Amino acid sequence: MAEITLIEAIRQAMDEELARDPDVFIVGEDVGVRGGVFRATQGLYDKYGSERVIDSPLAELSIAGVGIGAALYGMKPICEIQFADFIAPAFNQIINEAAKMCYRSNGEWTVPMVFRAPYGGGISGGLYHSQSVEAFFTTPGLKIVIPSNPYDAKGLLKSAVRDPNPVLFFEPKKGYRLIKGEVPEGEYTVPIGPAAVTRPGSDLSIFAYGMMHYYALQAAEELAGEGIQAEVVDLRTLYPVDRATILESVRRTGKALIVHEDNLTGGYGAEIAATIAEHAFTDLDAPVRRLAGPDVPGVPFSHPFQDWFMVNPQKIASAARDLARY
Amino acid sequence: MDKNEYLNLYHQMVVIRRMEEKAAELYQQGKIGGFLHLYIGQEAVSTGLVAARKPQDRIITAYRDHGVAVNVGIETRAIIAELLGKATGISKGKGGSMHMADVSKNFWGGHAIVGAHLPIAAGLALGDQYLKEDNVTICMFGDGATNIGFFHEALNLSMVWKLPVLWVCENNQYGMGTAVERASAVSEIRKKAEGYGMPNDEVDGMDVIKVKEKTAKMLAQIRAGNGPMLLEAHTYRFRGHSMGDPERYRKPDEVSCWEENDPIGIYRAYLTGKKLATVEELDQQDKLAEAEVLEAVEFAENSPEPAPEELFTNIYVEE
Repeated sequence: MAEITLIEAIRQAMDEELARDPDVFIVGEDVGVRGGVFRATQGLYDKYGSERVIDSPLAELSIAGVGIGAALYGMKPICEIQFADFIAPAFNQIINEAAKMCYRSNGEWTVPMVFRAPYGGGISGGLYHSQSVEAFFTTPGLKIVIPSNPYDAKGLLKSAVRDPNPVLFFEPKKGYRLIKGEVPEGEYTVPIGPAAVTRPGSDLSIFAYGMMHYYALQAAEELAGEGIQAEVVDLRTLYPVDRATILESVRRTGKALIVHEDNLTGGYGAEIAATIAEHAFTDLDAPVRRLAGPDVPGVPFSHPFQDWFMVNPQKIASAARDLARY
Repeated sequence: MDKNEYLNLYHQMVVIRRMEEKAAELYQQGKIGGFLHLYIGQEAVSTGLVAARKPQDRIITAYRDHGVAVNVGIETRAIIAELLGKATGISKGKGGSMHMADVSKNFWGGHAIVGAHLPIAAGLALGDQYLKEDNVTICMFGDGATNIGFFHEALNLSMVWKLPVLWVCENNQYGMGTAVERASAVSEIRKKAEGYGMPNDEVDGMDVIKVKEKTAKMLAQIRAGNGPMLLEAHTYRFRGHSMGDPERYRKPDEVSCWEENDPIGIYRAYLTGKKLATVEELDQQDKLAEAEVLEAVEFAENSPEPAPEELFTNIYVEE
């Protein structure tokens, strides 16, 4: 098996889906001639042409809108939002249109499409190029997927393209070239829905996704050297979330640490904490602990600011250590 | 203009050029992180605009904002310190390259979300209209921004309400890597104003004197209560969209053709041709600008990093 980067896995998934299904096309800002701002679509314009890898005007509302319209028609668009921060103008289209089409038409209208967007900090992007936006989109009718490694990224993106529902696919951009992993030749998919226990352990459960899952594995490795066995669960699909795997894990370990990069208050982790409190309260040996970005409006630019903002393996290990000792 | 004013415009343009070259260097050395969008090639636009305004006129722009920062009189050292994310930066390290601002100089920011500052500019102008102040808000944006809804809503609203705004499109021919004609139904951007019945004009954005004169004329008309206008400045960025741009979308001869049309070279020729300055005087300005930028880099590099507690300051109004 070849070891490839996260962004190569994403590119391969799109390449294979474009080759497999003529109804699949890509639309977004600079996805064509330029090959995408992060090069996610590099080479696809030359291979599939301007009709299937479409450079759009700078207009997120319209990228989402035409994607929804084409999906209603039966096409399978992959809409790239250049940075998750830029998705806000498309919010109405996604929440009020894409999410509700199937419901409002009693299943007659479907929106089989993917919104891809790089999210997250750690690349000195500053206030408007570093945000995590997943918590804004936890709405019935949408699916939210965040991969943490190349294997899952490829398999999940292929599933997202084939899913008959609108899927938001947020990619941890700091990991685009940093995260590498083995990806088999040939066809496979990873189903949307199930979480994965990526490291078994008995002392506590760490729930994370995207970049934070990558860091959680590093933290768990460090903790193992100290005799603390942390179980790591990669949520992978945030909506609808795999409650069974979360509860099974926490019932076994008795302790839960939820990690995400987005702000603490109102962040996605609150939902996981509530789920555990409601359904596994009597199995807990310690209060549920959340480790997340601080409650500040954005990731400020300066290196030290960014370092203080970002959750990292050391912060995860420290929080896990405290929880294990509880 | 007296001689000093002419020289001052020249000085500003050269400071921008030298500063941007230095910024590129610092970026390549890894001292500036993230995204860096240089103003090289477009110096005449912001310099001419700011030279034509009265101090009470507001100016607001997009993320390619280093030029305006120099023109409004933010110290070069505070700009470079901000690029380096230092506590002495104009935004104390929170903003970085794209979010320079200094309201005391009526500079209402660099804005990173394309087009999102246009409705805000309309709101600033509404304030002036409401209080019957005869100020004008100058709102700069790129050609790419004219394809997003913000632009159209803001133009329409400003016209309906006769708001005192000068909309200035810096048409540098590319929205990131996509050429104007591939992204905009009309490549003469000013024609979009006609859909809203808005008076509009164009100017050679490589010629600072032409920009200044045209802007002054339009500002006077807006100040007289005639409602908003749109100015399209034809310009060109000599460098990529950002430092990470491999520029596969344009040909080297296209870039060199525009470079012969250098705004600083054009203005030098104008000043010497009209005997407004000698070559020696301009060379002296070049040296001063160079020294100013070098001093600023040294200051910025030796400045402290922000303090940890600053992460949590100014989230809400501090009383």
